[in-house]
Amino acid sequence: MSELLKNILRFILFIGVQVFILFKMPPLHRFISPYLYYLYILWLPFSMTRAALMGVAFLFGLSLDYFMHTPGLHAAACVLIAYLRPFVVNMLISQEGADKNYLSPSITSMGWAPYFTYVFVLTLFHHGYLVFLEWMSFGSFLYFIGKVIATTGISMLLILLTELLFFRKEKFRTNTV
Amino acid sequence: MRNVFLFIRKYSNFLFFLLLQMTALSFLFRYNNYHEAAFMNVAGEFTGSINQRYSKVEYYFRLKNINEQLEAENLHLNQLLRQNYERPDGNEKAVMDTVQTDSLREIRKYTWLGAKVVGSTVNTQLNFITIHRGSLQDVRPNMGVMSPQGIVGTVVNVSDNYASVMTLLHRQYKVVVKLKNGGERGTVEWDGISPMFVTLKDIPKSAKLQKGDSVVTSPTSSLFPGNLMVGTIAEIVDDKSSNFYTLKVKPATNFFNVEYVYVIANTQFVEQKRLEDSTRKKFQ
Repeated sequence: MSELLKNILRFILFIGVQVFILFKMPPLHRFISPYLYYLYILWLPFSMTRAALMGVAFLFGLSLDYFMHTPGLHAAACVLIAYLRPFVVNMLISQEGADKNYLSPSITSMGWAPYFTYVFVLTLFHHGYLVFLEWMSFGSFLYFIGKVIATTGISMLLILLTELLFFRKEKFRTNTV
Repeated sequence: MRNVFLFIRKYSNFLFFLLLQMTALSFLFRYNNYHEAAFMNVAGEFTGSINQRYSKVEYYFRLKNINEQLEAENLHLNQLLRQNYERPDGNEKAVMDTVQTDSLREIRKYTWLGAKVVGSTVNTQLNFITIHRGSLQDVRPNMGVMSPQGIVGTVVNVSDNYASVMTLLHRQYKVVVKLKNGGERGTVEWDGISPMFVTLKDIPKSAKLQKGDSVVTSPTSSLFPGNLMVGTIAEIVDDKSSNFYTLKVKPATNFFNVEYVYVIANTQFVEQKRLEDSTRKKFQ
C-alpha cells in the first residue's frame, strides 16, 4: 500500500475512532476526556515539510471540530503540535540520520525512551493548549491543571496500547536518501 | 524590499503557523459569540449524514428502551384525556372543541415537530446533539427541544436536513425555569462537573422547597411552553453568604440514550424578541 493511501485511511480511521468510540464512552470524570486522534499527526512521515505538516494538521483538526461542533478548537491545537514536531524530533533522534533511514517516528526508528518522550512532550503541548482555550471561555486554574494532567495520563495510556496492539514495523532503508 | 522577501522566506514556516492559528482561533471565537460557525452549515450536512449512518446501527440496540419511554409517555397523555372525567349528571356531555381559533380568541402559540437524534456527545464540556430535521423541515435556530422525559436544549444551528442542538450539558447554556410548587423562577446552567446534575441558581431563600421537588419550564423563557419537566431537586446547597439557594437538579432527560425529541416552535418568538430588544434599546 502506498504511503499516501495509508495516511488517508488513517485520517478517516482516527477521526472515526475518536468520534464514534472514544467520545461515546460514558464520562468518568470532568477532568478526563480520552484523546487519541492527534496520534495521526505524530505518525506522519519524517519527509514532509513543515508547511505540509501544518496544513494536514489543520485539516485534520478541523474535521474533528465539525463533528464536535467546536470549529477551530482542535485545529488550533493540532497546528501547534505540527509546528513543534520537527523541533522535538531533532532534539530526540538518537542515531545519526535515523530520520533519513526510517519513514516515520516510531518505536523502531527512535527507540522506546526517545519515542515516548516525543509523544509525551507533544501530548502535553496539545492538551495544554486545548484546555487553555477552554479555560479562556470558562473554568478555573484548578480545572486547567487537573484536566491537563488527567487527560495527558489517559492519552499516554491509550497511545501505549495503540502502539502495542498495532506495532508498526519500520523498514530500514539504505542511507542513500 | 529585498529584505522583506528574505524575511518572509526565512520565517515562512512561522508565518504560516501564525496564519493557521489565527484562522482556527477566529473560527472558534466567532462561533462562541454568535453561534454561527464558518462553513458550519455545509459541514453540518456532511457530519450529520455520517452520524445518521452510525446511529442506525446503535438504534437497534436501544429499541427496548425507546419502547419503555414511549409507553410511559402514552400513559401520561392518556391520563390527561378529557374522556377520563365524567359528570354524575348524564345530560351533560364533554365536547372537545377542535377549532384552533375559537370565539375566545385563543391562538396556537407552540407547534411541536418530531425529530430523530442522529448524533450526541455527553463527555465533553460543550455537548451538542444532532437531529435529523433541518431548515427544509421548518426547524429554525432558537427553538426549544424536548425529549419524552424532559427538556433537552435549544437549536443553535441548522443546515438543510440537520440541526445542532445545544443541550443542558453545555457550559454556555442557560434557561429560565421555575419551581412547580411555589412558582419561583431561577436559571438552570451546567457547572461541567457531572453530566448527571445541572445547577439551578437564583431561587430566593423565601421559597419553600425540599429534595425531590419538580423543576419545570417557565413560559417567560419564550422557548418552551410552561410546565414541561426539567428535573427534580437532588441537593439543596444552603449558601449562608447569599440570599439565594444553589440547587443541584437531576435532569429528567437521560442524555445518554435520548433517541427521539420534539422541536418546539414558538410562532411568536420573533415578535417577542423584537419587542424585548427594542425595549432594551430604548433605555440604554
